[in-house]
Amino acid sequence: MSGAAPMTSSLPLAPAAPAARLSRGLLAPALAVAVLAVAAPFLGGYASDLVVKVMILAIFALSLELLVGMTGLVSLGHAAFYGIGAYATVLGSGAEGGNLLALLVLAMGSAALYALVVGALSLRTRGVYFIMVTLAFAQMAFFVFHDTKVGGGSDGIYLYVRPSIGPVDLENRLVLFYVVLAALAGTYGLLALIRRSRFGAALAGIRVSEQRMRAVGFPTYFYKLAAFVIAGALAGLAGFLVASRDGVVNPELLSWHNSGEVLLMIILGGLGHLRGAVLGTVAFTLLKELLSTHALVGPLADHWQLSLGLVIIGFVAWLPRGLVGLVQRLSPEGSR
Amino acid sequence: MSADALLQVDGLTRRFGGLVAVGNVSLDLRVGEVHAVIGTNGAGKSTLINMLSGEIPASDGRISLQGGDITALPQPRRALAGVGRSYQRTTVFAEFTVLENCRLAAQAATPRPWAFWESAARCAASNQAAREALEAAGLAGEAQRIAGTLSHGAKRQLEVAMCLATRPRVLLLDEPLAGMGAEETERMLALLARLKAGHAILLVEHDMDAVFRIADRITVMVNGTVIATGDPESIRTNPEVRTAYLGDEAAH
Repeated sequence: MSGAAPMTSSLPLAPAAPAARLSRGLLAPALAVAVLAVAAPFLGGYASDLVVKVMILAIFALSLELLVGMTGLVSLGHAAFYGIGAYATVLGSGAEGGNLLALLVLAMGSAALYALVVGALSLRTRGVYFIMVTLAFAQMAFFVFHDTKVGGGSDGIYLYVRPSIGPVDLENRLVLFYVVLAALAGTYGLLALIRRSRFGAALAGIRVSEQRMRAVGFPTYFYKLAAFVIAGALAGLAGFLVASRDGVVNPELLSWHNSGEVLLMIILGGLGHLRGAVLGTVAFTLLKELLSTHALVGPLADHWQLSLGLVIIGFVAWLPRGLVGLVQRLSPEGSR
Repeated sequence: MSADALLQVDGLTRRFGGLVAVGNVSLDLRVGEVHAVIGTNGAGKSTLINMLSGEIPASDGRISLQGGDITALPQPRRALAGVGRSYQRTTVFAEFTVLENCRLAAQAATPRPWAFWESAARCAASNQAAREALEAAGLAGEAQRIAGTLSHGAKRQLEVAMCLATRPRVLLLDEPLAGMGAEETERMLALLARLKAGHAILLVEHDMDAVFRIADRITVMVNGTVIATGDPESIRTNPEVRTAYLGDEAAH
């Protein structure tokens, strides 16, 4: 096991990545996207559903990675923006459904707006207080949907017709698959660009030493707020997609369990890497599926939370750098 | 106070509750001069530097840069206006390379945060500023090293280089010689001597030999107030300073 000392020096050097490294870093993800695009029509119903679910959660996890891994802001209320995006999609749809683009803008815009309010207030605090304030704001949003008639109360509401625009109709499962895949690729690409940009370099600096960044002249509050709003909007995108997939929304989408799970996903995958967020989502979702399948683990399946908890403790103990750390250790060139 | 002062401080005061950490301090910094502030632990030197850099607000008094009042400017705006500082505790970005440390500092001047499609590593202006700063600080040969792997002395040099990368006119240096060996001290003093020509330097330092060698003016603080200001010779022979701070050392 590698100790704490080499860990810092082996973190990715976000501001260092020149274009050559960017394209190399995008090779594996681009291949994965291509494989999924080709395989999509041949996947069975269950497999296709599972892949779509994982891809949506991966967008959600990537949006949190921008905050936690890239900026060093640990938020425990990220599900609020996911849920608000989902609710906005359903509430904005009429009886005949709605325009996909308009609903997408509405979902991302609502999430971004709430993120602007939450960020503007919570970013005045630090560390554990920041965690508590983000959690409190998420719980507030949760109870608004849970205890009022705004979104059908605790039962939630149905989306009768899924969003569409022209030939792109999300009622079609294959179209939904490709839209989700494109959204994931777009999110990944956007965050990869941000990482190598000056904005991303400043976020990396804030993660290491906000004091130093202020001393050289960065108004760090506004950088953190911008990251918070972008992360909120991307979580809203994931919310739009999950509402379109499930055709129903309920307050559980905003619950703090959901915020906690997505945080676990990116820690499991390895903080500080976009790949980590995606790998962590895949691993977490598959583990959850496996550990709750009677055919595989017998009566233990009823207690999947327990076995999942133990597996995660094991991961954190033996793989402090997450799955990405494991991949780096196994690959010949990535051991730096 | 002199008319050609770049940074002028009048009656600066900082109270923490009932305690006066810095009381009614006035001094000025001029280009071409190293102005050292000395004093025992708890004399208020760090509080003074924190107020000048904008890290903590002043309770009272006025700070002006080239005649313009900057007392109310927040720290980032003050840094962009030309007031740079280094820290007593090394605060370099350990996981970035030496060049990246300086480039990031230089980017504060031309941040363009919305241009997310532009690569930070290819920003010509900040690369240029970073290389000049490394050259000036004598770290040009270490540009590609990971900052965390540098020797203590080199990290202190980088601390100053990051400050230089922002192209400041005023340098507030908080114990740049802390923990340095003899050779590293010599290198840092030579750097300060070179920087003097283009900058107004405030130096807080505990190494008295170094202070009396490099400083053009010295301000002595005791319990938050200034008890003497003058050239090294007058400070050395000032009886009040000798009893209050220098003790027997200055007699030799």
